[in-house]
Amino acid sequence: MTNNIIELRGVSKSIHGNDILYDLNLEVRNGEFLTLLGPSGCGKTTLLRLISGFEFPTTGQVLINGKDVNGLAPHLRHVHTVFQSYALFPHMSVFENVAFGLRCQKLPKNEIDTRVNEVLKTVKLEKYANRKPEQLSGGQQQRVAIARAVVNRPLVLLLDEPLSSLDYRLRKTMQIELKQLQRKLGITFIFVTHDQEEALSMSDRVVVMHEGCIEQIGTPRQVYEEPQNLVVAKFIGEANIFDSEITAIDGKQLTVNIQGQERKIKCNREFAIGQKVHILVRPEDLRVWGQAEVEDSKNMYPGVVEEVIYKGTTVDLMVRLANGQLVGATEFFDEDDEKLEYAIGERVWATWLSGWEVVLPHETA
Amino acid sequence: MKQHDDGTLKYSSLGIIWLWLIVFALLPFCLVALASFASHDDAHLLSFPLTLANYAELNNSVYLRIFKQSFYIAGTCTMICLLLGYPFAYIIARIRSRYKSFLTLLIVIPFWTSSLIRTYSMITMLKPKGIISSILMWLGIIDKPLPLLFTDTSVMIGLVYNLLPFMVLPLLTNIERLDHRLVDAARDLGANRFTTFRRVILPLTMPGIISGCILVFLPAMTIFYIPDLLGGSKSILLGNLIQNQFLVAQNWPLGSAISVVFTLILAIMILIYWRTMGKKDHREFL
Amino acid sequence: MKQLPSISYLTAIYLFFYIPIIVLIAYSFNQAQYSLVWHGFSTRWYQELFSDADLWTAVWHSLFLGMCAATSAMCIGGLTAICLYRYSFFGRKLLYGLIFILILSPDIVMGISLLILFSLLQVTLGFWSLLLAHITFCIPFVVVTVYSRIISFDEYIFEAAKDLGAKDTVILTRIILPLLWPALLAGWLLSFTLSIDDVIISYFVAGPDFEILPLKIYSMVRLGVKPEINALCAVTFGLTLLLVIISQLSLRKKP
Repeated sequence: MTNNIIELRGVSKSIHGNDILYDLNLEVRNGEFLTLLGPSGCGKTTLLRLISGFEFPTTGQVLINGKDVNGLAPHLRHVHTVFQSYALFPHMSVFENVAFGLRCQKLPKNEIDTRVNEVLKTVKLEKYANRKPEQLSGGQQQRVAIARAVVNRPLVLLLDEPLSSLDYRLRKTMQIELKQLQRKLGITFIFVTHDQEEALSMSDRVVVMHEGCIEQIGTPRQVYEEPQNLVVAKFIGEANIFDSEITAIDGKQLTVNIQGQERKIKCNREFAIGQKVHILVRPEDLRVWGQAEVEDSKNMYPGVVEEVIYKGTTVDLMVRLANGQLVGATEFFDEDDEKLEYAIGERVWATWLSGWEVVLPHETA
Repeated sequence: MKQHDDGTLKYSSLGIIWLWLIVFALLPFCLVALASFASHDDAHLLSFPLTLANYAELNNSVYLRIFKQSFYIAGTCTMICLLLGYPFAYIIARIRSRYKSFLTLLIVIPFWTSSLIRTYSMITMLKPKGIISSILMWLGIIDKPLPLLFTDTSVMIGLVYNLLPFMVLPLLTNIERLDHRLVDAARDLGANRFTTFRRVILPLTMPGIISGCILVFLPAMTIFYIPDLLGGSKSILLGNLIQNQFLVAQNWPLGSAISVVFTLILAIMILIYWRTMGKKDHREFL
Repeated sequence: MKQLPSISYLTAIYLFFYIPIIVLIAYSFNQAQYSLVWHGFSTRWYQELFSDADLWTAVWHSLFLGMCAATSAMCIGGLTAICLYRYSFFGRKLLYGLIFILILSPDIVMGISLLILFSLLQVTLGFWSLLLAHITFCIPFVVVTVYSRIISFDEYIFEAAKDLGAKDTVILTRIILPLLWPALLAGWLLSFTLSIDDVIISYFVAGPDFEILPLKIYSMVRLGVKPEINALCAVTFGLTLLLVIISQLSLRKKP
């Protein structure tokens, strides 16, 4: 028996002749917090609906707990959904909402009472059992929606952008609460979002999707620090991309040409001499030095400050390099570097520490 | 735990609806179309052979005049209702007062009151010795009772009185939905009152205007009891003509032919409206 | 004093709406038989009205017909609206269009078409022909009332219910009906009023054995102005008023 609670094998889906998903393979491990991340329209919600049973794949298999569930109705899958709008029944109290699934299973009344009260306690809503959904705050409604789903003891809980209708602060709080709840319940969560920060901060693993394909599956750290391609790199976090060409290879050490300068870079991937590559540097890895601070300008690129954005803990700089490329740099205030006050129009040097960059094969587009 | 009931509810309800609509709506309409080609004889209401004679008969100055007059009266009535109703609905929609729901209720009540009763109440007003004449005489404006009743004017007054609520209500709902910040924005951008009305308010309330006009125009042609009660012997609308052919002259084929032509004209008018409006908001109308 | 023209305009239109009705009600209490001159307060026309057995029969017929028609139209129209909203099926657009056409089609055309249908099917004109006709013209109005309410729901609540294991019948009885009852009630009241007030369609499909109120009023009015009719109209107006207020109250409080 494998450890995979859900498996997708070669799943594709088209609706009215439009291809939404292409040949997806995905394994969801039991008990993990998995996030489907991608811009809107990338097919992540459709993927969720294939798992929940509201849609069926055009080709391929969906396995839940080792069983092919093709054709099985949503409620027979031991998988429940928390909807984006929560979809609470407006005419029922919190208790009635949560008890709904159990009533549909025709469980005895005292068992329903115990289980509903238990789950309401877990989500800290036992005091609100008799309220109507409209009398609750957004965060509380959210918890009712979760309680209503988990009371049926699903194997997997599917959450379709459940935080998107909350305001920024509440969203932050709910992110932590959701994560804690998931640990407490020990249920697998599949969480859909288009917010990369949310995905990185909550998940055990992130599935990055783009235009119906899975681009990368990995831990938050992997997808951020070792993106497999440009799409992932651009979608997750900001990235400065330098187009370049490999001039020499020495074992794992590559020599590349960036803006007319040679630079040595370490890389685990296989490349060929003459191959075009993208060198990716995150803004927080890009360092900017004033003219006076620099003595040796090797591996540094001259530029002019175009915009200074003060953000409290950081200063964001937009620097126009000599070849016309605009790069972003995030400078942290720290005591070693007192000079963080750049003027617009000031001439500066931009660079990064070798080893903090990512090399990707060149992609057209 | 397998369930087979998923389709039962869906198909049984769809079955009932379709059966009902086909038997009592679609079939009867087809029958009217068919009847319009039937021959007329005194022994049978409808008989074979099928003929075009009924349509040929319509090309007769009497019928043509009634058609023209009906459209003219209904059109005038619609215009009057629109001109009276639009400012009225606009003022009500823009009122910010605690009496607003009461004022709205005061429009809803005539909307629901039997139009027969309201027509009857108009008789009392318009009679030679009725209220209007009496007041005018008392004021010394006229010296003998005004012959208001049994004229085309009285028919028009009766139609407007009956149908004005049907214009006001759709307009009211539409104007209330209008985001007033748009009007403020237009004024802010330098549009004067007239330009604001013509370029912002009017286009945005067009769906309300259209549905109001439809709701007034359609009945105006066919409420046969208003000309019957308020009009003279000359005031005859299409509604009266059809009713007459069916229940008095017993010439069903001719009555059907008139109805078919009438329906076709209406259908063409609505189609033209749909085309011009880009048929985007017939949901809006509903 | 910018408001003065508005207020006077409103007043003028409201007077136009209400003066004839108020005058009518006032005259129903006039002692005089023929003259429109006030001869003193009296309830004699109401007494005559209430002792008119024919009239009472017509009233009961109308009420009974209205209730039957409204209830049937509410059931059929409600189901139609739910089907239109929840299911995709062959001919959905056609059904939608047909209902739209039914609303737009002139009463008189519906009246004669049903008359032809009933005479071909040899249905005796009377209660049943009236009932079938009234249900038919009420259905689209119920559909529209209910449909406009149902589209305001969050569509995911139906999916949520399904996800939690509710069958179609359970969704209908536990989710849809409790949420829809104000709209259904409004549809019922609408149908009831339409049925009670209808003259044109009933005029064609009514038979001599089943007299209904609007047609009775029509024939009385055609014969001439009698104070008794004033009283009848006043009573009917009062009842309509009551129904309108009830339906407004039931729609206002949205759960």
